[in-house]
Amino acid sequence: MGLLSKKDQKLILDPLADDNPITIQVLGICSALAITAQLKASIVMSIAVLFVMGVGNVVISAMRNIIPSKIRIIVQLVVVATLVIVVDQVLKAYAYSLSKELSVFVGLIITNCIIMGRFEAFALGNGLWRSFLDGIGNALGYGVILVIIGFFRELLGSGTLLGFKVLGDPIEKTGLYSIGYENNGFMLLSPMALIVVGLIIWVQRSRNKALIEEN
Amino acid sequence: MLEHIELFFKSIFIDNMVFATFLGMCSYLAVSKKVSTAVGLGAAVIFVLAVTVPLNWLLDQYILRDGALSWLGPEYADYDLSFLSFILFIATIATMVQLVEIVVEKFSPSLYNSLGIFLPLIAVNCAILGGSLFMQARDIQTLGLAFNYGISSGIGWFLAILAIAAIREKIRYSNVPAPLRGLGITFIITGLMAIGFMSFGGMLTGGDEEATTPPAQQAEITPEIEEEKEATVAMVEITNEKEK
Repeated sequence: MGLLSKKDQKLILDPLADDNPITIQVLGICSALAITAQLKASIVMSIAVLFVMGVGNVVISAMRNIIPSKIRIIVQLVVVATLVIVVDQVLKAYAYSLSKELSVFVGLIITNCIIMGRFEAFALGNGLWRSFLDGIGNALGYGVILVIIGFFRELLGSGTLLGFKVLGDPIEKTGLYSIGYENNGFMLLSPMALIVVGLIIWVQRSRNKALIEEN
Repeated sequence: MLEHIELFFKSIFIDNMVFATFLGMCSYLAVSKKVSTAVGLGAAVIFVLAVTVPLNWLLDQYILRDGALSWLGPEYADYDLSFLSFILFIATIATMVQLVEIVVEKFSPSLYNSLGIFLPLIAVNCAILGGSLFMQARDIQTLGLAFNYGISSGIGWFLAILAIAAIREKIRYSNVPAPLRGLGITFIITGLMAIGFMSFGGMLTGGDEEATTPPAQQAEITPEIEEEKEATVAMVEITNEKEK
């Protein structure tokens, strides 16, 4: 981090914890919940968002002085949609099964509020380099939460991580399963994603009292 | 007729946008502090979904899908423009939202005042784009069904935000652990509500009604949702106990 000034470092580090897009700013929840039943899907989604946000923020920041403010939403949507089409085509070409699994949620990156939110809040008012860092920082903050949720849901729900059977084989009763452990299939269902996020928020706000809301 | 009724209830309860597919979560969380604003946003979502889903259905059917351009002449029959669907769908949605805003402002100022602030927000609501994308993914067959799908998933979203807003108004008087206040408890309540909604899963899977579901529609359902369905039957008992 020697290359970056104090202020630039803050841009990257803040969203990772105290200004996290998901748990504090409440942006980009939809995809965070829907695709996190497996760690692999969460990681791919994070990388996709990282790409779209980094590039998108730079493009919007470069055009910020020539976009008429009345139609800026449409301009932003077009920029994001173009980037998302690129991501979608790359996924279809190199990871077809995964792209089937993510189904519409790749497309929904377009309306992922993190992206529009950061365009509006940051890229429209700041220079190229700082916007790029802000995009990367927020995408990383988003990715961290996604990976945490994906980790717990896959580990507890199917006893695997990235497809490897880390807890032993449930059919041959090896590892943990030999002493009577059972997978909690409930973790794979949608409601548990919400509850896991709720618990993450609980942990985070217990550690940092400044984040507690009034009501 | 039967498939219309089935799709209607299926989109409201079983495939509820908020509880089963997490669409429109951002505005669902941000605008659910008061019942009155929640109703305004919910109504706007129903309205926009009812307009954009059929429109995007037409786009998909006659421009985007594989071989859709054949009405232009045989030499166009091989084109597959489906990679353009994201950008066309979102452009339709953004334009329609603008149009609807202008029309409503002109003809019904009172409705405009109640929906006013929410209409521009809706262009970036994932429930709207999600509605169109799921319409495409589930291969909805006719324009009427697409219209039905738009309206009923809008109603499902409306129900969800109305319910959470009412709960959040009441929860102000309860003693929630400090770090959970606000966002945290809302997430957990939504999770519990989603478990409750899963009990509707048995509504269409029980009995011989299963045979009436068009096979094309079933095949396109994502693996996650399918898994959910199998589990929901088992879940019904557990949920009922919890609700007691």
